[in-house]
Amino acid sequence: MSLTLVSAKSVEDDRKARFESPLSVRGLTVSYGESPAIFSVDVTVRAGAMTAIVGPNGAGKSTLLKAALDVVKPLAGSVQIYGQPLAQMRDRIAYVPQRASVDWDFPTRVIDVVLMGMYRQLGLLGRVRARHRTLALDCLDRVGMRDFETRQIGQLSGGQQQRVFLARALAQQADIYVLDEPFAGVDAATEKAIIAVLQELRDAGRTVLAVHHDLTTVPDYFDDVILLNTQIVAAGPVADVFTEDNLQAAYGGRLATARVDPESVAG
Amino acid sequence: MLADALLLQLGYNAALVTIGAMLLGVAAGVAGTFLFLRKRALVSDAISHATLPGVGLAFVLMVAMGGDGRSLVGLLLGAALSAGIGLLCVQWLTTRTRLGEDAAIGAVLSVFFGFGIVILTIVQTLNAGRQAGLEGFLLGSTAGMLRSEAMLLAVSAALVLALVVLLRRPLTLAAFDPGYAEAAGWRLGRIDLAMMGIVLLVTVVGLKVVGLILIVALLIVPAVTARFWTERADHVVVLAGLLGGLSGYGGAALSAVAPALPTGPIVVLVSFGFFVVSLLLAPGRGVLASVLRYGRYQRRVHVRQGLLALAQGQPIYERLTHRLLRRAGYILPDGVATADGQAAAAKAQLDEARWAIVRGDLVFVSAATRYDGLTEIETVLTPDQITDVDARIMAPQAVT
Repeated sequence: MSLTLVSAKSVEDDRKARFESPLSVRGLTVSYGESPAIFSVDVTVRAGAMTAIVGPNGAGKSTLLKAALDVVKPLAGSVQIYGQPLAQMRDRIAYVPQRASVDWDFPTRVIDVVLMGMYRQLGLLGRVRARHRTLALDCLDRVGMRDFETRQIGQLSGGQQQRVFLARALAQQADIYVLDEPFAGVDAATEKAIIAVLQELRDAGRTVLAVHHDLTTVPDYFDDVILLNTQIVAAGPVADVFTEDNLQAAYGGRLATARVDPESVAG
Repeated sequence: MLADALLLQLGYNAALVTIGAMLLGVAAGVAGTFLFLRKRALVSDAISHATLPGVGLAFVLMVAMGGDGRSLVGLLLGAALSAGIGLLCVQWLTTRTRLGEDAAIGAVLSVFFGFGIVILTIVQTLNAGRQAGLEGFLLGSTAGMLRSEAMLLAVSAALVLALVVLLRRPLTLAAFDPGYAEAAGWRLGRIDLAMMGIVLLVTVVGLKVVGLILIVALLIVPAVTARFWTERADHVVVLAGLLGGLSGYGGAALSAVAPALPTGPIVVLVSFGFFVVSLLLAPGRGVLASVLRYGRYQRRVHVRQGLLALAQGQPIYERLTHRLLRRAGYILPDGVATADGQAAAAKAQLDEARWAIVRGDLVFVSAATRYDGLTEIETVLTPDQITDVDARIMAPQAVT
């Protein structure tokens, strides 16, 4: 057994890593009841990369995102955005929640949802001007939904709804894009369209962090991967971390099922 | 008579009541929309019932301090205070215990109301006569509405409208997607607090007009009614305000004509009248429109299925299909296809083959999502694209 002492240098290194990271999390624990959903999670997301959060059902993937954005109050831990407290940096993060988390019968049109992405910028009384509208339409265009501008959101298919959510995030013009299961229950065309947009963002220097459930596409889509099963199993570049052993450790006996039928993990 | 009432010609008091009820209707309709959209409509029922102990205790306190206990401002302050406590109880029970919001509302509503009735009963036995009017808070009593009360309603309505205009964005966002709102940096707790504050204000000033039992109807029914007519949240708000105002105005005018009818309940019934009309007749979401749409859709499905059956030389078993095809002149009474029918059947068959190609090719991926078995392919693809698809239908046959 080896004992590591905390040296001044390691503290300094960590501080530096957090300063450079768009999103860093230390000792984050969230509990909904008696047992923790995530426990003492440390994550340092690499700037300008696409990172997947992967893990079995109930591993706390969505919880990690929500706690990192303070939507769920953590029991312990801290979150920093480029080394600053989250509260001051919220405008630099765009969040795409799970599609199923909202009521799609809500009386609103596609364009209105995208404009919601600019509400922070518009403030309480700022008028929606032509340039805001142009930006919203441009965002819809990027996800291939330009023609649906005035459609009521309830008339959209699941994939189209997901694209509208992505367009709303784009309208925020943020640096960090945090997506919860963006590919869950969407058609193949939407998956392609979304990944193309996300890769565009990455290539423009933005950071993408997404909960992902399809192990087969992780190497194709993402640069980094975080394997989560309540605690961090492994994290780092896909080439180093996305190994048989690590997956086995994260998924345990469920790996076989996850491999054979990736859809089943989505459920 | 009714025309006089609607034109405010039935005397000073009737006019005061009518305008007051209208202002309350506008404020309640606008405020209630956000409760409805946030799916927390019933919280307003807990709030309104929780006003009663405050009314009773405020009366007792004012009498104890030597007043006559009927100062409206004092009573309403008491109402607001105990409604606020009731609201906090609902919040606390929902967030800090495992009780759902429905159970919390039920518990708070009944306990506060029961407590309020007890206080009212005691007050009645203590000094009979002087407390006259407290029961008016249950179902509203507009008979002796004062100018100052109408002014209070006007100021409150203006305040509610101003707050809603100011907070429309966070309120809408919190109702549609609270998780996103919070992640984007809006304080969800504060938004909800503001929403509840607005509702509490409307409830308290509405006590004298419609009473605590019926105020929930004024908050919710206009919003629900407005929802039938529009798919935009901002339009729902405006429309609910209009409908609420019309209900208040019309209801108060009606009860001015027939003094035996109580104002508050009549306002609620007028509001309900708008609801029923909308439920039945609204285009899009109304019952009648739904039934018609369903029937039209069913007929299209039957015709399409019938034509495909004809194309494949299968007999048509369903009576509705048979009848529809005959009426369209596609088949003869014995089920044999006419020339028209053969042409239409061949077209349907061809379209199915075209759709099969379209759905199997990623080039047409956006068009393919439009497939529902009924949509004419010409409305989705350009003639050039159809020619292209047709070429591919023919190609494999040429090989064999």
